[in-house]
Amino acid sequence: MKSIEASPELTLPGRKPIQLVDENGSAVGDLPDERVLRSLHRAMVLGRRFNRQATALTKQGRLAVYPSSVGQEACEVGATLALEADDWLFPTYRDTVAVVTRGVPAVETLTLLRGDWHSGYDPHAYRVAPLCTPLSTNGPHAVGLAHAARLRGDSLAVLVFMGDGATSEGDAHEAFNFAAVFNAPVVFFIQNNQWAISVPLSKQSKAPTLAHKAIGYGMPGYHVDGNDAAAVYTVVSEALARARSGGGPSIVEGLTYRIDPHTNSDDTNRYRDASDAEPWRAADPLLRFNRLLGVDESAYAEEADRMMAELRAEMNKDAHVDPDELFEHVYAVPTPRLRAQAAALRAELAADRGDA
Amino acid sequence: MAQLNMAQALNRALRDAMTEDPNVVVFGEDVGPYGGVFTVTEGLTAQFGEERCFDSPLAESGIVGTAIGMAMYGMRPVVEMQFDAFAYPAFEQITSHVAKMRNRTRGKVALPMVIRIPYGGGIGGVEHHGDSSEAYYTHTPGLTVVTPGATADAYSMLRAAIESPDPVIFMEPKSRYWSRADLELPARTDPMNRAVVRREGQHVTLISYGSTVQTCMETAGAAKEEGWDVEVIDLRSLAPLDEDTVCASVRKTGRAVVVHESSVFSGYGAEVVATVSEKCFHWLEAPMLRVGGFDVPYPPKDLEEHQLPHPDRILDTIARLQWEDQ
Ligand SMILES: Cc1ncc(C[n+]2csc(CCOP(=O)(O)OP(=O)(O)O)c2C)c(N)n1
Repeated sequence: MKSIEASPELTLPGRKPIQLVDENGSAVGDLPDERVLRSLHRAMVLGRRFNRQATALTKQGRLAVYPSSVGQEACEVGATLALEADDWLFPTYRDTVAVVTRGVPAVETLTLLRGDWHSGYDPHAYRVAPLCTPLSTNGPHAVGLAHAARLRGDSLAVLVFMGDGATSEGDAHEAFNFAAVFNAPVVFFIQNNQWAISVPLSKQSKAPTLAHKAIGYGMPGYHVDGNDAAAVYTVVSEALARARSGGGPSIVEGLTYRIDPHTNSDDTNRYRDASDAEPWRAADPLLRFNRLLGVDESAYAEEADRMMAELRAEMNKDAHVDPDELFEHVYAVPTPRLRAQAAALRAELAADRGDA
Repeated sequence: MAQLNMAQALNRALRDAMTEDPNVVVFGEDVGPYGGVFTVTEGLTAQFGEERCFDSPLAESGIVGTAIGMAMYGMRPVVEMQFDAFAYPAFEQITSHVAKMRNRTRGKVALPMVIRIPYGGGIGGVEHHGDSSEAYYTHTPGLTVVTPGATADAYSMLRAAIESPDPVIFMEPKSRYWSRADLELPARTDPMNRAVVRREGQHVTLISYGSTVQTCMETAGAAKEEGWDVEVIDLRSLAPLDEDTVCASVRKTGRAVVVHESSVFSGYGAEVVATVSEKCFHWLEAPMLRVGGFDVPYPPKDLEEHQLPHPDRILDTIARLQWEDQ
């Protein structure tokens, strides 16, 4: 794989996004090897199915809310597959496809959105932080973890996702700045899907690209075609590798588009024209790989069917959360006050059941 | 009379305030053409233009910080925090600057601004969409903190908040946004800093605000069957607290329970209990009790029914008020 040079002197990202596979599925740069291309393709197909299935589950009332990443799978998958086993991922609420791509079971990924608990998986087991709802607050967390790893002498890198709107938050600035000053092994992946609920990118930022923001912090910034999984994978891999070997943080902007509403409960007709999405449907990341590799989704249909059937079965089980759990995770040892409240709730529930 | 819900009454208040005073501007996240995630700012951009109602970059601290500068220059900004827990990034601006500017400048700089915060649970939201953060703000001298419990009050209270010479934290009980009432606007109700007696009773006073006022009204109905004649007070203003209205009621009934959604420990109810105990000790026939959320982070959707005060829990608490036959 030929490297995409990030010269420390020349950190200005290009206006034209870095692309390795064009919209017709033709290679226009040095591609990762065949095995990588196939795993990117597979993960995107599964990711698309996951998006569709999760949205269907909201309609059936099995999932409270779902922020879909349809059309953004190349970012979700390309950046995540660039991680090595020891690396960490800090996702947002939109990055469920990244989280399942990292190996977290689908049903555990959806626990937050279903509403049985605020996070469904063990972050240490998968090296994936909980899905983050407040915007950009995951940035400083990622920097802290990365800094701690470096202090320990561990060579790992941290990938943190944020949206284009999220880059306006103060915490994004603080995270960029701390990472640069600490020389922390962090890659900020800005998934620029061009909308923050109803607000377009033009109302979030005046920068030529979001990647340009890197310059002010003294980091390299890359502007990548976010619908080209090969380009995302290659650029993020290099940025992570440099971070791991002490080369410091960087910002990667994946230029993509939010095809679906913000979540299932949002209505895009209230703020954008249907025609807005048209060119982006043509730029679909999956179509591009179907063409590149000469195979379509059906190559993974059986596997996808099986995964989705499992997910549906899991989601159809009535999740029972023990009310006692309310009190168990506030402190390592519940306070006397919490113990009394737990007892009161148990008594109340027993009375409701009529066994008191 | 028109049937209006609380979100519509608030919308009308913004509209009328903007019409009457060109200094009133509205901004925040998604409040522009989209009209706000709860529709409170719907149509304002269309009517008043982008200069008067606009989408800001997504940054609560930046929103409140720029509102401070605009208020210093003579405008009356009304800003929206999208959800309760997302106002926390702005906490520094609110506590360190909004609340203190008048004091810092010996009255030379006033900040007549309104920070609207939809708060509270009961809507099945995910984490960070159900907090009741009023106690953080009532603990901060320099802020006025109010919350309408009744749809009929929403219009009047928001108009008063915008007219106030001091910054107002305007807490909107989001589970009440869609509750309807017959309203003839622009009718004004009681002054913003007054509590009101929502229902008269002889035996016990329920003191509440925001979404739990309605819960207390339902409880009062059920209590009738148990033989308790319950008085219900809607505080409306949390800072300042209308001690006179509250104390007059407690002196009449001799017993009181404070009801709110937020966690009981260090919650706003503690303030009410302490204040009333100090003022009405000789009239009290039982210690005042509190009903609120457990002292846990606001729970996920499937468990929130346990967290929210409901009539049974309030009735049980009334029963514990050391009645003569106990
Ligand atoms: C601190 C904070 N403020 C407001 C919100 C409400 N909110 C949730 S998502 C969103 C838009 C985010 O847009 P962007 O960062 O571009 O990410 P996208 O959803 O498009 O992936 C908003 C305003 C929030 N989650 N956190």
